[in-house]
Amino acid sequence: MKPYPIYISGVGGQGIIKTSVILGESAMKKGLPVVVGEIHGMSQRGGVVSTQMKIGKSYSPLIEQGGADLLLAFEPLEALRAINMVNENSYVVMNTAPIYPFNIRQSEHPYPDLSTILGELQSQTKKVIAMDAEDIAKKAGHILSLNMVMLGGAAAVPAFPLDKEIIIESMQDNLPERSIPINMKAFEEGFRYCSQQIK
Amino acid sequence: MNIKEILTRHNKDKLFLMGNEAAVRGALEAGVAVASTYPGTPSSEIGDVLSVLAHDAGMYFEFSINEKVALEVSAAAAASGLRSFTFMKHVGVNVAADSLVSLAYTSVRGGMVILTADDPSIFSSQNEQDNRHYARLANIPLLEASNPQEVKDLMKYAYQLSEEFEIPIILRTTTRVSHMRSVVEFGPLTKIKGKGHFDKDPQRFVPVPAAARIMHKNLVEKMDKITVLSNNSSLNQVYDQGGHIGIITSGSAFNYAMDVVEENELPVNILKLTFTYPFPEKKVLEFLENVERVLVVEEVDPVMEKEVLAVIGKHGLKKRVHGKLDGTLPMIYEFNPDIVLEGFGRMMGVELSHKGTSHTSIGLPNRPPTLCPGCPHRAAYFEVKQTAANLGIDDLIFPTDIGCYTLGIESPYEVADYLLSMGSSIGTSCGFSKATDQAVVSFIGDSTFFHAGIPPLINAVHNKNHFVLVILDNRTTAMTGGQPHPGLPVDGMGLEAPEMSIPDIVKACGVEFVETINPLNVKKSQETFEKALQFEGVAVVISQYPCMLIKSRAERGKNVIIQVQDDKCINCNTCVMELTCPAIYTRDDGKIRIDPLMCRKCNVCVQTCPEKAIRAKRIDKAGEEE
Ligand SMILES: Cc1ncc(C[n+]2csc(CCOP(=O)(O)OP(=O)(O)O)c2C)c(N)n1
Ligand code: SF4
Ligand code: SF4
Repeated sequence: MKPYPIYISGVGGQGIIKTSVILGESAMKKGLPVVVGEIHGMSQRGGVVSTQMKIGKSYSPLIEQGGADLLLAFEPLEALRAINMVNENSYVVMNTAPIYPFNIRQSEHPYPDLSTILGELQSQTKKVIAMDAEDIAKKAGHILSLNMVMLGGAAAVPAFPLDKEIIIESMQDNLPERSIPINMKAFEEGFRYCSQQIK
Repeated sequence: MNIKEILTRHNKDKLFLMGNEAAVRGALEAGVAVASTYPGTPSSEIGDVLSVLAHDAGMYFEFSINEKVALEVSAAAAASGLRSFTFMKHVGVNVAADSLVSLAYTSVRGGMVILTADDPSIFSSQNEQDNRHYARLANIPLLEASNPQEVKDLMKYAYQLSEEFEIPIILRTTTRVSHMRSVVEFGPLTKIKGKGHFDKDPQRFVPVPAAARIMHKNLVEKMDKITVLSNNSSLNQVYDQGGHIGIITSGSAFNYAMDVVEENELPVNILKLTFTYPFPEKKVLEFLENVERVLVVEEVDPVMEKEVLAVIGKHGLKKRVHGKLDGTLPMIYEFNPDIVLEGFGRMMGVELSHKGTSHTSIGLPNRPPTLCPGCPHRAAYFEVKQTAANLGIDDLIFPTDIGCYTLGIESPYEVADYLLSMGSSIGTSCGFSKATDQAVVSFIGDSTFFHAGIPPLINAVHNKNHFVLVILDNRTTAMTGGQPHPGLPVDGMGLEAPEMSIPDIVKACGVEFVETINPLNVKKSQETFEKALQFEGVAVVISQYPCMLIKSRAERGKNVIIQVQDDKCINCNTCVMELTCPAIYTRDDGKIRIDPLMCRKCNVCVQTCPEKAIRAKRIDKAGEEE
């Protein structure tokens, strides 16, 4: 299988690594080769966090410029920062709820408007799906289920190589039991919202 | 996945593992009896996993006080006939180097592996040194892994090799391998030997000059024998596509080269080197015979490239060698598929580049990491700066050290002026206090203090220095994920352990001014800093409060919410611009607000607001305001 590259970006503390582990284990369950690259350390104190993965035969998880089939962006500014990873056929699934950098008051550049961010992304690919994943997560029961909302969104993308059932199985293997009902709801809601947008 | 599956799963099972987790499985499959480390990104998760599994596995594991001690613990175990494993980040090897070089001389009995996790591109370090040089410096065989499966398999192989030749082995990973996740197929576990026995042999284990001279001779002879192995090793593999161009590569760089060659269907032969020192000269020579020119793709320094040039020079071959030295590939930072593709194009004199390049012309704000909301380091920084300002001390040098608190370099704190390595805060304070008349306030974390702070503190007292040292005791090694250290009542396997008192140690170092503060108590802390700044000599303030990541939310201020009272707030912005807790923000309408989800209720903003406009308000259990 030709590799399916996924670029995940966001901010430390949003549960991005957990999300990529669930995706990776799902791929393994399906018998697909998979490689994931993460960066730990400094970046986890509220800095930028990204993981890159390729499902399918590949030696390295690192994605060429413009090579992502899917950009899964947990935060709008980080979606725009990752714009160099997409091409005209890429899907972008983006959370619209911003997290302002702590030093934004001292920043040379202001935080861009959401409409500007969307406009920039849409000038590269028509397949941009924006959702307020924070709101959906809160309604599902906890803001920390935001990553599962995003995961649901990813599962709704056409040609995404993993099916819902297998992802749900891996969620159950990787999340604390108590949190499963809320996370399941978050996943389903994210899936539903993005499926509707795509239609 | 449950982390315990790394131990409980069987031969042929497959798990989706990080390189660091695979190293642990490798150690278990090799029957490692003793493992020791000091944490450091990108190797930290190896220790984190061992601290969970070692006890059940029947292995001894410790977080040692620093890397030198870690290496020595494992060296002694290996001398006693046990298999031992020490692992550290690249700069950790600098700390261990003094013993490492002698260890190659004295050799081992049980197998011993030293895993070095290098950090090309400096994701979480102070430099990007290439530790393949240590294999050459110390004359120790070197293996390089490209993915988690290889990490595990090479661990096993390294122990056989180590025991066959009675020599320690260096296994090198890089951040991209340590933190790569992929499917790893397991092999069988080996039963772990409980205790070893040290059979004395001073001629072998005590490198006094006369003995060391013989040891060095033996080492060189041993390495000659091992060269035969590296030349014939199936770990050094040719991927022959029948091309006239060659690529020689290792580690993570191999992955990029392979992806680029396969995706672009380039007619290139690849020689992947895994057993890279002693350098497999014969193997390389054979490979060179079939290609016209060769590109060496490696991270970080042109180590193999120089070896290849030497082979060519020695054998009088006429082949072009491309790589870092001729500018075909960049000299610094990690590679990726784009860089390798461009470099390949440069060598061929054609422009090869990737698909589209999307970019934005909008300037984006950056997002530096910062101290967590409620971090005790922030409070201490705020207090020191305020106190110095109150005393009118403005020419102040802040030597700092390595940990979360290094984030104090950011505006508005700006309390990080000079840093070299772990422990350098105190050593350089000695220098600054002698070389200048400027005031010096130095910061060091608790874990770093144990690691490398004690000898320079004794030096400071003995040499009659004058500075303030703030020991930021947050009761953990936070930066690397919260590992224990000797100041805590628990050891690396989670067992009870004697808790070493920092104040007692500081006093025993001869320091006369030793005070402990709770940094969340602003007024008292400032009084202490005031006294310290006026003390003639070495003054040590121990700022003690647990890291917010280990202090559970439930423990602190369960029934309060921190709020800004709009009628009192005059928008002086002290909280936003000087304290700069990430939980405090300015709403679009200009009002200051506190994010209740981020706030850790440390109460520092309440105490530092000049208008007393921030208050802690009681709420009932359901979270409603009372
Ligand atoms: C020689 C060396 N070993 C390990 C590290 C990795 N490392 C960076 S900071 C740190 C310790 C941080 O602990 P502490 O001093 O208690 O500060 P905290 O992060 O808790 O604020 C470590 C182990 C390093 N940079 N250099
Ligand atoms: S992890 Fe702990 S020490 Fe590090 S910034 Fe957060 S609260 Fe501070
Ligand atoms: S109490 Fe104030 S300073 Fe402390 S975490 Fe909350 S907002 Fe930040």
